[in-house]
Amino acid sequence: MPGDLREGRIVIVGASLAGLRAAETLREKGFTGTLTVVGDEPRPPYDRPPLSKQVLLGKAAANATELPTRWDPDAEWRLGVRATGLDPIGKRVLLADGESLPFDRLLIATGTRARPWPNPQEAALDGVFTLRTCDDAGRLADRLAAGPRRVLVIGAGFTGSEIASACRERGIEVTVAERGPAPLVGALGGTLSRLAAGMQRAHGVDLRCGVTVTALRGNGRFTGADLSDGSRIDADVCVVAMGAVRNVEWLADAGLAAGPQGVACDAGCRAFNMYGIVTDDVFVAGDVSRFPHPLFDYQMLSLEHWGNAVAQAEVAAHNMVSPGPLRRPHLAVPVFWSSQFGFNIKSVGVPTFSDQVVIAQGSLAARRLVAVYGYRGRITAAVTVNMAKWLEYYQRLIETAAPFPPGPGAADGHPLVTEFPIPSDVPDPKGLSHGPTVALTGHLPDRRLTVVRRAC
Amino acid sequence: MRIVVDLTRCQAYAQCVFLAPEMFELHGEEALLYRPDVPDEQLERVRQAAAACPVQAILVGEAVSACAG
Repeated sequence: MPGDLREGRIVIVGASLAGLRAAETLREKGFTGTLTVVGDEPRPPYDRPPLSKQVLLGKAAANATELPTRWDPDAEWRLGVRATGLDPIGKRVLLADGESLPFDRLLIATGTRARPWPNPQEAALDGVFTLRTCDDAGRLADRLAAGPRRVLVIGAGFTGSEIASACRERGIEVTVAERGPAPLVGALGGTLSRLAAGMQRAHGVDLRCGVTVTALRGNGRFTGADLSDGSRIDADVCVVAMGAVRNVEWLADAGLAAGPQGVACDAGCRAFNMYGIVTDDVFVAGDVSRFPHPLFDYQMLSLEHWGNAVAQAEVAAHNMVSPGPLRRPHLAVPVFWSSQFGFNIKSVGVPTFSDQVVIAQGSLAARRLVAVYGYRGRITAAVTVNMAKWLEYYQRLIETAAPFPPGPGAADGHPLVTEFPIPSDVPDPKGLSHGPTVALTGHLPDRRLTVVRRAC
Repeated sequence: MRIVVDLTRCQAYAQCVFLAPEMFELHGEEALLYRPDVPDEQLERVRQAAAACPVQAILVGEAVSACAG
């Protein structure tokens, strides 16, 4: 039977990192059938992390980040056309141009889009941006190069913080408005968020926490914003960095467990249908997926991580061409990174899956540290700031459910810097302007599809 | 040709920065910035950098648009 799975028709919806790596892996695993990749953007797969870093700094052009291939995936690329529906019985993907693509197996890799500013009239003001696509980055980079007086960034998650960092490096005044108590608090918890706040202020960011932006002002052109504390920010550029929305609307009638938190799938990347029954011909990978992870009590995780997109796409592709007993689970430990204000922040595990944290190496004052997170007495995550070489060490501790706090000398022969663990202080993401890039989404697939709203 | 660096893997050994300084730079102590598009005259240096990377984080390859002709 394995021979059969290497033939037939595979459609991948989503032509970004996960879609590309899955296409390559399918060929690597011996798939000889027809392969079609559908992407709504009119350009071939490109890399997004540089868009908020090199591109905004003016060190790379926005259209220069096209991804290299490991080998030619020999696919038909249907770019610039959106998938609008999935017929699971007839096994067809419906496209916006009216065509439909029949498939034997399907990979859903539609990822996320930037969460828009909720008021469409205000969002349409000239000078109001989001940052997700190559075109977004090109327009924003042009505007930054023109030397605005002040940039307002709404949301102090990773993207918002990186944008603020790029602005400061270019000598542009920047205000960051965040509803939560500090930057990055949704991903890293309270202790490191205070370090993040200090980094921003030390670099001249006008950081406003505990406030919401109540209105964007301007007559055709953005001129400023009102904050909930009654103050007003005068600025000529506004970047809305309020997290991501999963691209699941096209699946509204597909009968899958698809909702705002993503498309639920099993550890083998097979999608669940709306009854929680696993499908055998629809697979999911990348930011749009939601999958159970044994290291985190089998909670369903939604990860917006580069590394997860690659690893999960490879597992999905392997499983699409492998019979049951040869299928592999997606068990990669989540890892992500961010560079901002000259610091390299890396994380392994799930910091929000924690009740306590301890600074195991370095210190807040030294601006070099390893924070280790624990949940009920075992290590579940570690975050390094300018100490990336230690990440692997802590990854092994997470993988082996090592006891928390790590013993004195566990890392570098020195006693723990903080004597006692302190609460990790992870807030409810509902109270933040930025979405967490690692979301614990509970144990159950979304129960009904009615929560999915069509994009208008 | 294009490059992408797996920054999940990168540990800032900075061999690439020495071998192809016009393509790779450290931003602060260990945050790597790189030029994703490789000019022809830099290709040999980039290949050396990719080979020398202790954690093999650098992928050099043709863009999809080049594959499709």
